[in-house]
Amino acid sequence: MKRWFFAGVVLWISTFTATAEVIDNGRKYVWEPFDADFLHDPANPALDELQHPEEAFRNFPKDTPTIGNQVDWVRALEQGFINPRTNLFPDTEIEVLDLDIIMPDTADMPMVRFPHRAHTQWLDCSNCHDHLFAREAGATPVNMFSILSGEYCGRCHGAVSFPLTECRRCHSVNRSRFRGKPGAQQPPGRIYEPVLEQPIVR
Amino acid sequence: MIHRFVLVALLTLFGLAPLTAAHAEYADVVLNRYAEKNGMRPVIYPHWFHRIRFRCKVCHFELGFEMRVGSNDITMGKIIDGQYCGMCHNGEIAWSVEHCDRCHSGLPGLKTGIQGGHKTGGPGIW
Repeated sequence: MKRWFFAGVVLWISTFTATAEVIDNGRKYVWEPFDADFLHDPANPALDELQHPEEAFRNFPKDTPTIGNQVDWVRALEQGFINPRTNLFPDTEIEVLDLDIIMPDTADMPMVRFPHRAHTQWLDCSNCHDHLFAREAGATPVNMFSILSGEYCGRCHGAVSFPLTECRRCHSVNRSRFRGKPGAQQPPGRIYEPVLEQPIVR
Repeated sequence: MIHRFVLVALLTLFGLAPLTAAHAEYADVVLNRYAEKNGMRPVIYPHWFHRIRFRCKVCHFELGFEMRVGSNDITMGKIIDGQYCGMCHNGEIAWSVEHCDRCHSGLPGLKTGIQGGHKTGGPGIW
């Protein structure tokens, strides 16, 4: 009986000590250790050779805890926390496009602002054009059902880039206060605040 | 005696709660079409590690990785030939293929797929 009791206590305590966490502006960020993440094999002798997210992300600009990697990746890139390579081949053309598109067909939700700039800093035009999106505002029948099934924006958002729980990060343009025409906007595009400081548009 | 039973049960329950939720890092990809059939652990590809060092376009444009789990037929033969991972993991840009366990690091029985996606703790401040 005593043995079971102590086993329980040890197990209980171990779940606290094994997790790596970082406190940032009063928010708690937790990244599971590799040997307890139900993904890596604890018996793998090379686990200690791998970099752990907690070590990598500790000083990065943060997203909300529990959201994606908990990192504000766009901010990390813009502010030089990371400087990822753009190409391997010297003759690859690097194109960054500063062009916001406003998508008005969003039913009762605020309209969507799509910033090409943040996307082309990471991606090539051909990653989305033309097999996912036509190069013409309004010509692609984007809808949330397809996105949630992993099409259109859902190719990346919800899998690698910030997840689809963050509705108002895209639905960020109040319809009645918007002056002008939806579709392609005059550059420069919107300069985004860090995600934790962006206003929530209704 | 009863008290102890309750105590052990409670401790175990609460102690296990954080463990029962799978906590792959967001966007980790498991590749196990060939690995386990050939006696190796499944491969875990960490997107987060790579995007610190390379923009998406390097792999998804220059190297031709399709953005869909299962649509890239990656074999060790091709990697050693310099395709897919082998474009960098050749001992020049990144460490070479002799470090098997760094990639083949997954628990036996994992299914090919993207992990951590759609599994965040619900909406944040949005």
